[in-house]
Amino acid sequence: MRALNIAILSGKGGTGKTTVATNLAEILQANYIDCDVEEPNGYIFLKPENIMNVAVEVECPDINMEKCILCGECTKTCQFNALFNTKKDILVFEKMCHSCKACSIVCKTKAITFKPRKVGVIEKGEKQGLICMRGVLDIGEAMAVPVIKKLLRHTPVGLNLLDCSPGTSCNAVSTLRHAQGALLVTEPSAFGLHDLRMAICLVRKFDLPFGVIINKWDEKNGEFLERYLDGEGIKILGYIPYKREAAEVYSRGEMVRTIPAYQQAFDRIASSCGEVFQWN
Amino acid sequence: MKIALTCTGKEMNDNLDLRFGRCSYFIIFDSEKGVSYTLENKGQSSGGGAGIAAAQQIIDEEVEVVISGSMGPNAYNLMMSSGIKVYASKELPCAQVLESFNKGELEEITQAGPSHMGMGSGK
Amino acid sequence: MELTVISGKGGTGKTSIAVAIAELERNTVKVDCDVDAPNFYLYYDGNDASCEDFSGGKKVVVDEELCISCGLCQDACQFSAIENGLVDFLNCEGCGACVLVCPTQAASLKEEKTADIFVTDTGKGILSRAEVEIGSEGSGKLITILRKAAKPYTDGKITVSDGSPGIGCPVISSITGTDAVLIVTEPTQSGMEDLGRVVTLCRQFKILIFVCINKVDINKQISTEIEEYCLEKNLLLAGRIPYDDTVLRSINELKPIIFYSESPANEAIRQMWKTIKKEIFKD
Repeated sequence: MRALNIAILSGKGGTGKTTVATNLAEILQANYIDCDVEEPNGYIFLKPENIMNVAVEVECPDINMEKCILCGECTKTCQFNALFNTKKDILVFEKMCHSCKACSIVCKTKAITFKPRKVGVIEKGEKQGLICMRGVLDIGEAMAVPVIKKLLRHTPVGLNLLDCSPGTSCNAVSTLRHAQGALLVTEPSAFGLHDLRMAICLVRKFDLPFGVIINKWDEKNGEFLERYLDGEGIKILGYIPYKREAAEVYSRGEMVRTIPAYQQAFDRIASSCGEVFQWN
Repeated sequence: MKIALTCTGKEMNDNLDLRFGRCSYFIIFDSEKGVSYTLENKGQSSGGGAGIAAAQQIIDEEVEVVISGSMGPNAYNLMMSSGIKVYASKELPCAQVLESFNKGELEEITQAGPSHMGMGSGK
Repeated sequence: MELTVISGKGGTGKTSIAVAIAELERNTVKVDCDVDAPNFYLYYDGNDASCEDFSGGKKVVVDEELCISCGLCQDACQFSAIENGLVDFLNCEGCGACVLVCPTQAASLKEEKTADIFVTDTGKGILSRAEVEIGSEGSGKLITILRKAAKPYTDGKITVSDGSPGIGCPVISSITGTDAVLIVTEPTQSGMEDLGRVVTLCRQFKILIFVCINKVDINKQISTEIEEYCLEKNLLLAGRIPYDDTVLRSINELKPIIFYSESPANEAIRQMWKTIKKEIFKD
């Protein structure tokens, strides 16, 4: 059996992406992988156990000042302002470095080598036989992509739900590269539709099969959204109701499927997912 | 002595720019010669590390004093290690700011603002 | 006077509150710094007074006629972004390593357009906003330029900015030089954590801080914890906005919440704005 990765996306934050990913993971008996490495909140709800950590490292320039002639070519070449020529020394701003190694290409005296630097961690645990993984970017670090890349390099066999970063930024793009399908979570508002359109553009770029889940569903106001999706030929995989009770359950870090109406909604979504992605 | 002011425009009567790394221009005043010249801030157009790019420019110009609104830690530490003094001012015309500096009315910054490295590019 | 509305995480109601405040005053200048989910402008019709291209960085382009398919670029690229002279733009970070090794100068770095910046005349004051291309995102540079675009219109007016999310460079660029921030939080575990981080950030910039707890009644315990936190940190708790279904209706109808007279959230926001104004204009 191979890995099948389904990415859970949303145009904007706060639409319920993590709620969908965690509840569906339990119902579909899928592994859960939190790729929102800047704000990984999924573990609050799934509470996995036996967690093991692996550091994520990037390569960073190490300048041998005995060989360096302070010519400043490396500082001019670096597109990310990670190197600085004080005229007495070359300083490396490690957090700005993209590990592109362009500096070592231009160095005439071969003064630049590379050393590893930790930027985050991969945590792997389990919950009732399902694997839960997440990447966590160290506080103060800016570059999430290396953490996401390492997290997704070897995904577990079987069905994996990838909880993406919100929006359509390069973090979401990095996750989608490893996905074979996508679930888009939206809400029936003009905000929701606006941001959903951007997410649809993104998954279409990758030519992935996808469907939409409408959260905070309200029959009175949602018709415009259904009409739009129908016109675009996009399948609606299900509706999740909007209840104050769910906001309360969520605020306590509990799963909303403990509420019967939500369990039913997720059961329906789980079965329609099978039609779109045709697993097994 | 060369004094650099971060400026919103090219002229002495334009307001001080409260940003360092992303200010529009540097007005550099040479107190011995009594003349000033204007440079476009290269940091402004950087995706990330604006403060570092701006600081490189200041050091390359052999400036001794910088007047701005605030400064991030990267740039600030570079200023300190190069022996450049940093003073803070409000958003007023640069000519007025320079006058206040000459009267000794400006406060020297002795602590950097917070670090926010990498900035946004997220790559 | 500029007020920037921010929140650590998405979905706390930041934009709804920013729009409400912008509408409580006449002819406010509006800036949408939340460029990854730019929803502020959806409330307004208007004509774009100006539009300009924004370049967020560089990408590599290859001149096919000069390329001899030597493969050196492919070996130099650390991001698997170039193969047989074809560039994968979503992977390219614009580092220029391939340009350095190319023996025929076929590869070069070019500024890449990553957003459009609009200044829109809403008929009720101008609004400055950006449309970012897919795979790109808000950067400090973009936010700085957005705020500069609004600057010529701000004299003597109140500016309301919908801030960027998170605690990175975009949010720092949204709050640098603003007069006050309003932090919108909600009583959830993640809301509480994010509040702490944003407060630390604003404190370092010495900006006047107001806090508002949205959906205050969904978790009384965490709401009390937030209130105690504000007291302890000497933060002004300007508003406690109750959970209100009308807010969702207001978003759906694209009508600011202040126009729903029966709404409890509306009442709470009006009270909050009075409190904020009293504090800001007390001199």
